[in-house]
Amino acid sequence: MNKKDLLLTAAVLVLAGIFAAVFCLQPHKKPVMVTATVDGEVYGAWDLSADLEVDIDTEYGHNHLSIRDGSAQITEADCPDGLCMHQGTVREGGEMNVCLPHHLIVEVLTEGDESYDGLSQ
Amino acid sequence: MTDSRNDRSRLLLSEDATIGRTVAYCGVLTALAMIFSYVETLIPINFGVPGVKLGLANLVVLSGLYYLRPAQVLAISAARIVLTGFLFGNGVSILYSLAGGLLSFCVMLLLRKAGGFSPAGVSVAGGVSHNIGQLLIAMLVLRTVHLAWYLPVLLVSGAVTGLLMGLLTGRILKALRVPY
Ligand SMILES: [Zn+2]
Repeated sequence: MNKKDLLLTAAVLVLAGIFAAVFCLQPHKKPVMVTATVDGEVYGAWDLSADLEVDIDTEYGHNHLSIRDGSAQITEADCPDGLCMHQGTVREGGEMNVCLPHHLIVEVLTEGDESYDGLSQ
Repeated sequence: MTDSRNDRSRLLLSEDATIGRTVAYCGVLTALAMIFSYVETLIPINFGVPGVKLGLANLVVLSGLYYLRPAQVLAISAARIVLTGFLFGNGVSILYSLAGGLLSFCVMLLLRKAGGFSPAGVSVAGGVSHNIGQLLIAMLVLRTVHLAWYLPVLLVSGAVTGLLMGLLTGRILKALRVPY
């Protein structure tokens, strides 16, 4: 470990901090919807305040989404890595659960989100 | 210390090694890297974030950059990814691993050639670029830039695991008496 190594490592950590700060400092907006996107196409959008059990079945496989108490979580999946079931709940705008094997993103949208505007039309 | 040279030539691939010896040697190292990949699947740490891994197989690749030719290291890395992909993963996971593996190989080779960095620094760059490569593929496959949200986590985890593996590689190279 020499000086150049330390500089490089510090630079990466500072960069990560800047990105994190930029993401966190974005104005907080009210989370309203949760959407499931497969291959970039909207599979479905649901009211985050509703209590819902949703099955997401695509050509890639099956995921089960539980929406309750203003938060959403993937609770069942038949993907090979099962990582999507370990990502916890999403409740704030921009938070997401990702299932890479099934090309699926479950994401919380806020008021005034571009994609939310598109959905409500 | 007169027999240290002999020790080394027994452990390492010399410049004038025959093709047979080279292939056998790279095969053994590929098997070692595959074992590391397998061991990693046994470690029950689940970060919940796809792509966050310890990167044990990188011990073989990174140390290889100090005593093998780049083409040999690349062959070992690619063979390890494809073979473990078929054994423990699926088609999609091979795509992600290849993207991460190739990008980190190129970056580590560049830094190694540039000089000034010890294996720890080279490895940090490798870990970070590995995660960035995987993130780029995920953005392409899932067709969204929203995944950039994961960038801070992936940068930090790449740096931390890279640093760990780099420090370990330093110890390995010392044991193998490879100068760096
Ligand atoms: Zn999954």
